[in-house]
This record gives sequence, structure tokens and C-alpha cells, in this order.
Amino acid sequence: MKRQHKLRVALVALAIFHFFILFAGFFAPYGFATQDRTMPFAPPTRLHFVDARGEFHMRPFVYAYAAASGAGDASYEEDRSRPFPVRLFTAGAPYRIAELIPAHTHLFGADEPGRVFLLGTDAFGRDQLSRFLYGGQLSLLAGLIAAALSVGIGIAVGAAAGFYGGWIDDALMRGSDLFFALPWLYLLFAVRAALPLHIPEWRVFLLIVGVIGLIGWARPARLIRGVVLSARERNFVTAARGFGASDAYLLRRHVLPQTYGVVLTQLALLIPQYVLAEVTLSFLGLGVGEPVPSWGSLLASLQQYDVLASYWWMFLPAALLIPLFFAYYAAADALQERLKSVSL
Amino acid sequence: MRAREDARRAAVKIGSEALLEVRGLGKEFAQRRTFSRTRFAVRAFEDVNLTIRRGTTLALVGESGAGKSTLARCLALLEKPTRGEIRFEGANLPALRKRELFSVRRKIQMIFQDPTSALNPGMSAAEIIMEPLVIQRIGTKEGRQARALELMESVALPAASASKGPLEFSGGQRQRLAIARALALEPSLLILDEACSGLDLRSQELILELLGRLQRTLGMTFLYVSHDLRSVAEFADEIAVMKDGRIVEQKPAAELFENPEHAYTRELLAAMPSMETICAGRLTEAAL
Amino acid sequence: MKFLARRFAHAIVLLAAISFFSFALIQLAPGDFFDAMRVNPRISQKTIDGLRAEYGADKPFPIRYARWLRSLANGELGVSLAYNSPVGPILAVRARNTLLLTGVATLLAWLVAIPIGIWSAAKRGKFADRVAGAATSTLLTIPDLLLFLALLLLAVRTGWFPAGGMISPGLEDAGFWSKAGDIARHLVLPALGLAAVTLPMLVRHIRSAMIEVLEAPFIRAARGHGISRARLLWRYALPAASNPLISLLGFSIGTMLSASLLVEVVLSWPGLGPLLVEAILSRDVYVVVGAVLLSSVFLVAGNLIADLLLFAADPRIRLDSRGVNG
Repeated sequence: MKRQHKLRVALVALAIFHFFILFAGFFAPYGFATQDRTMPFAPPTRLHFVDARGEFHMRPFVYAYAAASGAGDASYEEDRSRPFPVRLFTAGAPYRIAELIPAHTHLFGADEPGRVFLLGTDAFGRDQLSRFLYGGQLSLLAGLIAAALSVGIGIAVGAAAGFYGGWIDDALMRGSDLFFALPWLYLLFAVRAALPLHIPEWRVFLLIVGVIGLIGWARPARLIRGVVLSARERNFVTAARGFGASDAYLLRRHVLPQTYGVVLTQLALLIPQYVLAEVTLSFLGLGVGEPVPSWGSLLASLQQYDVLASYWWMFLPAALLIPLFFAYYAAADALQERLKSVSL
Repeated sequence: MRAREDARRAAVKIGSEALLEVRGLGKEFAQRRTFSRTRFAVRAFEDVNLTIRRGTTLALVGESGAGKSTLARCLALLEKPTRGEIRFEGANLPALRKRELFSVRRKIQMIFQDPTSALNPGMSAAEIIMEPLVIQRIGTKEGRQARALELMESVALPAASASKGPLEFSGGQRQRLAIARALALEPSLLILDEACSGLDLRSQELILELLGRLQRTLGMTFLYVSHDLRSVAEFADEIAVMKDGRIVEQKPAAELFENPEHAYTRELLAAMPSMETICAGRLTEAAL
Repeated sequence: MKFLARRFAHAIVLLAAISFFSFALIQLAPGDFFDAMRVNPRISQKTIDGLRAEYGADKPFPIRYARWLRSLANGELGVSLAYNSPVGPILAVRARNTLLLTGVATLLAWLVAIPIGIWSAAKRGKFADRVAGAATSTLLTIPDLLLFLALLLLAVRTGWFPAGGMISPGLEDAGFWSKAGDIARHLVLPALGLAAVTLPMLVRHIRSAMIEVLEAPFIRAARGHGISRARLLWRYALPAASNPLISLLGFSIGTMLSASLLVEVVLSWPGLGPLLVEAILSRDVYVVVGAVLLSSVFLVAGNLIADLLLFAADPRIRLDSRGVNG
């Protein structure tokens, strides 16, 4: 009971997180490239419910920020002369849902010219929350597609090696050995280095995804091969062969369904690893370039001294990532336990 | 009394024509290591000659490791023999190509020792029975469903459990389910590889009864592989004894028990309690 | 002996393949180092072409590969376009720094992992084991990058440790001991970070290896003889578990290497990592290839050493390999 509970909680958490990221345009008050040059490195905007006269308002509001002397938090101070209410479902900058459906309603926003930067801004005055959500679209998508690619190749290779055996098995497994031996991060970089640094963004994206996905197929292939090897020997497969079943039928109907558990577990393990791979690439400046944000580029600014010393809110995106990875690993753990108990 | 009746019945059946003839069949497993020179072969069986007559039950008896199961699998077309012929309906089966073999497969079916492993736990009973029909592309969806229910009834499984998975059945029921599946294609020869070995006595009886009924009503032919001479004594028409990969004797059952020729057969018989003891044992059982 | 020779040959083939592929990959990319110069209007195309010819960047692929192989034999591995000097020596210095860091981190990680792993195995299922398990799980979940950034934050905010680099400016010519001490201070954070990210996996594997050994009958027999618990763990169980642990050592070298790249970049430790990133960004072709090759060498060498140790430690493997060939 407890194990199912753990899996369910993890999956729900993941679903919620991905929901927010998927509809980044709606949940983000601003576009990812919208700059406000008057407010570089602004701390998170404080939401107030009680105004200067001591009255309570249901609707929160913000004040404009004016430059002040001081460092970090103290580089801005609130101008309490004019409150700007924060409204729900405001009309704002246009965006596209999943790159297809145009829309312009945002979950919340402050009346112009007020600004609500819930996570503060970066050096160019760009809202960190918006960039976090949009960056998530890139990083998560990269991880998901790459993981699907790896597992896909793993299924093809593992099924072929396990089902047919013989020289096919030998050749494929030696090939995968080569992949195991390589220091994957170095290889990733070498391949990235092979790509021109300034080509259209979506092409860079596809190439990065392709490379990351191509590096990690070895382990899933090996695991799936193991499952296929034992499934192949089961008597119900032999019986079906006795009815005249083709190899394709056997694979589709009897053998591959036995691999679902392993496939799911591998996906749950690979997705966070690959998201992290994309984040690392972007962090080092090797990912999709500006102005498209990625979680990696958000973290890159954390290497600068003044950011570390004074602007603590820049770490908030990093903090938000930890529960996401936690949920993925918890799901992978629960799936693995379930797999072990079933195969016994 | 009963023994003599059986002998008479057997004599009538033995006269019938040969359904399957095996001549000089041999199977070796070649063991090779990829980067070394050594090659050595494991011989499962060699120079096997068998005749299975239509409408009869041939029991293949021998110790574990004698090669019986491998021979059975070759006859069921689940493995390829290294040499020899299997003549069935005028054709030599090992020489057939895949496409020709496809239609022959309908006529020869196998029942495995462990019914649980022979059934995919993810499928329902009805799906399991329909599978051979689906693979051989026989009938329509509704037609297959109806046939599946028919077959379930013929093996005394309640039609209501058609949607249950194999794990919800008992061992004996699972074996009957496997038999129902094998019958779907209306085979002429059914090969049973230690089909009753893992079951309790009651289930064994039920299955043997079922098989007897099928033989009487449909004229089916059975090849029954077993390590226990005693268990086949009652219902086998002919018995073939196998030792170390060779057939040492094949005779009608009654003759085998009365005049065993080969030393090994005599050994087996000596180790076996006599018919009277069996019958006496049965009576005691019935009394309890 | 034959077994080792085979493993060695296997390794050489692997490295040759890696070198070829990384070289091919880089060379096939459109654009090169000199493209950056085109942005500057004062450098004429002719100059760029001349530079290209000088560095042999205009020759076809097979010739470049052959030349590179020759310089490999010389220990030069081509020429760095950015540093304008042979790649070999540059790599050597950086490699030394990376090895220092990785070596210290490995030592640290194993020194911490072994006691925790053994203790967890001994107290299996009890509260202590579960706490250790939860702690390692949490550590495992935190992405490496975030951990390293956190360490950087720690350095900057507290000032206890330097925030990067290997040696403080001005101390390059100081005496040996003050230099060593300074380097050690710089080494603390990167080594800690690197050890921390490899620790959870190590603990897990050590724990499961120990659990397997502790359930063996010979351990129970020893216990029955009245051997003390501590002695049992360290003198009897641990050596029996050494087989999988040695394989683990070989495996952990690979993961350590990948992680070291990142920690070096974040904490500015002058190892192969920052060199590689820099070279990629500037398309310094031979440096990239050299760095990839060198790290592969380390990886393969690490696995080979692990195999060697296994061979020496476990008589079964020695006999087994003889059987295969005999």
C-alpha cells in the first residue's frame, strides 16, 4: 500500500509541475525576452495586502521600485505613493500555447506600469519566474524527447539482440560495450563542438536532443535484452510458435509486453538525467543560445561574483528544480520496487 | 478382466494405418565457443524409428535426460532435427519450407508439462483459446469467441470463467485450458510432454478421462511422453521405451508387459509394482 | 597473462576508435577556429587563408588525421590554435591538475563510503540504516550542478575557502610547503563536491555487496566461533566483498571523470574541464580531440587497472581464463 502511495504521490507531483510548464505562457506574467532595463537585478516584488493607511485589501498590490543606494536587496526601495493592484486573468503579451494556439490571457499581472516579479529579475531586468517557466519548456522537452529516443533505440536493439541471439546479439552487445566505456559528458561536448555555434535554434535543439539520446541507449538495451531472453524461452511463446506465429507476432503479443516494466523504470530514470544533461550544456554556453532561456542559462549567471554575493533570489530557480528531480527519482524508485516484486 | 479387454481393443487399433512415421531421426546440439577451436556436440537422441498409428495412444517412456522431451519437440515441429525423416501425410516435415509448414502446424499440437508457463498470464482464458485461430487466421471475431466457449465446455471448464486469467484457475484446470487451446485447430496428433506429471491425482484422472473421450469421439491420436511406466500402463495402446537417446523397444502395451525383450525394459518393469498391486491400490483408494 | 594481453589489446582498439571518431567529428563540422577572425574587418581574408595554410587547416581530412597521428607519436597531439603551442604539454599540465583533484576526491569518497556502507549493512533494516539510506537518497537526488553552485555560494558568502582557482595569485614562486598548503585550501571545495556526488552510489553498492557477504554461511560460522563483530566485519566480510568492490572502483572512475569536468568549471579548478569547454567554444580543434582522447585514456586505464587488481585478487578469475583458452 505504501509503495503504491509513493508512486501515486510522485506522479501527481510530476503532473502538476509539467502542467505549469506546459502552459508557461499562461502562468508567466511576462514573455521570456521582455526586458525592463530600469530594473536590473530587482529582488522579488513584495505583495502587500495592507496599504499605507492600514486598510486591508482582498486583492494584493505592489509598489513601483525606485533605485536606491545599497547592495543586493537594498539596491531598490519601494515607492509607496501608488499601489498597483495585481489582477487575475489579465490580458498581456501574446503567446502561443504549444507553439500552435495563439492567446494572450495570463494568470495574473499587475496594472501597468506596475511590475510583479515574483522571483526577481536578472541583469537585463527580465522576470525570472517567466524565464523559469519558459526555460522549463525547453529543458523538460529536451529531456523527454531524448529519453524517448534512448529507450526507443534500447528497445529495438535489446529486442533484436535478445530475440535473435547469435551473431546479432554478439555484434549489438559489443557495440553497446563501446558506449558504456565512453565518458559520456566528454563525448557530448565533442559532438556539440562539432556543431556550428550559430545555427538556427530549433536545429541546435534537435541535434542536442539527438546526441544526448544516442549516448544513453546502452543500459536500457541491456536490460531489455535480458527480459527478452527470458521471455523468449517461456512456454507460451513456444506454444504460439507451434501455432505458426511469425516472429513479429511473438514480439508484439508476448515478448515486448513483458518489457513494459523495465521500459517505464528506465524512462523515469533517464528523463531527469537527460534534463540535467541539457541544463549542463546550456550552463556551459553550449546549448540553444539567447534569447531562448533554458534552466541552464538561468543558472549560468550564478557563476558571477556579485550574483553570489548579493543577489540571493537568483538561486530560487535552482531551488525550484530540486523537488522536480526528487519526484522523478521517487517515481523511478517506486517503479523499480514494483518491477522487482512482480518478477519474483 | 480389464487388462484383457484393453488388449483386445489395442489389437484392433494397432491394425490401423500409420499417421506419423519417424525414420532415423537424430538431434545434436553443437556447442561452440566464439573464439576457441573446440567444438563438441551434445547428442539428444539418434537413430530413432517410431510409428504412431492413427487413433491410438503411443506412450514414450524413459528416464529424465533420455532425450524424450527433445524428441517430442522435434515431432511437434518446435525444433529442427539434425538428420532423419518425419513422414506425415505424405511429406517429410523437416524438409518443408516455412510457408508449407504453416498449414501442417494445425494438425500437430503439443501440451507442455507445466501449464502455468504455457499460458500468458496477461491474457484471458478465451483469448488464450482463440490465439491459435487468430494466428492461423481462421474465422471471424464472433466465430472465434463462440468456438472458444464451445471448447471450454468440451474440457469441462465453466463458460462463465472465459474472461478470467490463467492464474485464477487451478493447476488441473490450467492444463485443461491448454488442451482446449490445442484442440482449437482440430489437430490430428496431440503430443503431451509429461502433461500430468505436475498435477494431483484427481486432476490427472480427469485429464486422462478427457483424453480418452477425445480419442473415442474424434479419433484423435496421442503421443504421451512420460518418465513413469506405471502411469501409462492403463491407457497406452503402444509403448516405446527410450534410453540414452535411443529407442530400445516399441510394442503394443500388453505385449510389452508380458514379453519384454530388452534388458532395460525388464529393469523398468521390475522396478514397477505389478498390475494387481495397482488395481488393489485403486480399490483401496476408491474405498477411502 | 593471456587474459591481460587480450584486455590490453581491447583497450588499444577502443582508444584508437575513439580518437578516430572524435577527430572525424570535429573536422566534419562546418566552420573552424579562424572563422572568429572574420568578424574583425581589419584582418583580411588573405591573412586568414595564410594562417589556415600554416596550421594545415586547409588540407583534406586523411592528411590531417595522418599528421595528427604522427604528432601523437611525438607527444604533441597537434597544435592549439588559441595558445599557439603544441597541445601535448598544455594537456599534460591540466591533466595533472585533474588527476590531483580526482585522486583526492576518490580517496575521500571511498574513505567515507566504506565505513558507512559496512555499518549500514551491519545494521540493516534498523533505524541507523534507514537514516543513512535516506541521506544518500537525498544526496543522489540533488543535481551535481546545483551542489557545486551551492559550494560556490558557500565560498563567496563565508569566505572560509577561496572561490576558485588552484593557487592564490602571487604564490607561484613560494616555497613548497606554503604552496602545498595553499593548493590544499583551494582543493577542499572541489574535492568535497566531487566526493559528495559519487558518494551515494558507492555507499549503495558497498552496502549491497556487504549484505550479500554477511548472509554467507561462513560468516555465521565465524560468528559462532565467537569472533568479535568488528573483526568479523573488517577482517572476514570486507575481503570477501572485495570482488564487486574492485569492479565498482573501475566503474566509479568513469562517473568521477564526467563529474570532475563540471566541478572544475564551476569552481574554476584549472583541469581538463575548463580547457575543453574553452576549446569547444573557440573551435580549437586539436585541443578538443586531445582532451577527449586523454579522458578516454584515463577511463580505459582505470578499468584496466581494476581488471588487473581483480585478476590478482581473485584466484577464480585466473583459473577461469585459463579454462577458456585451454
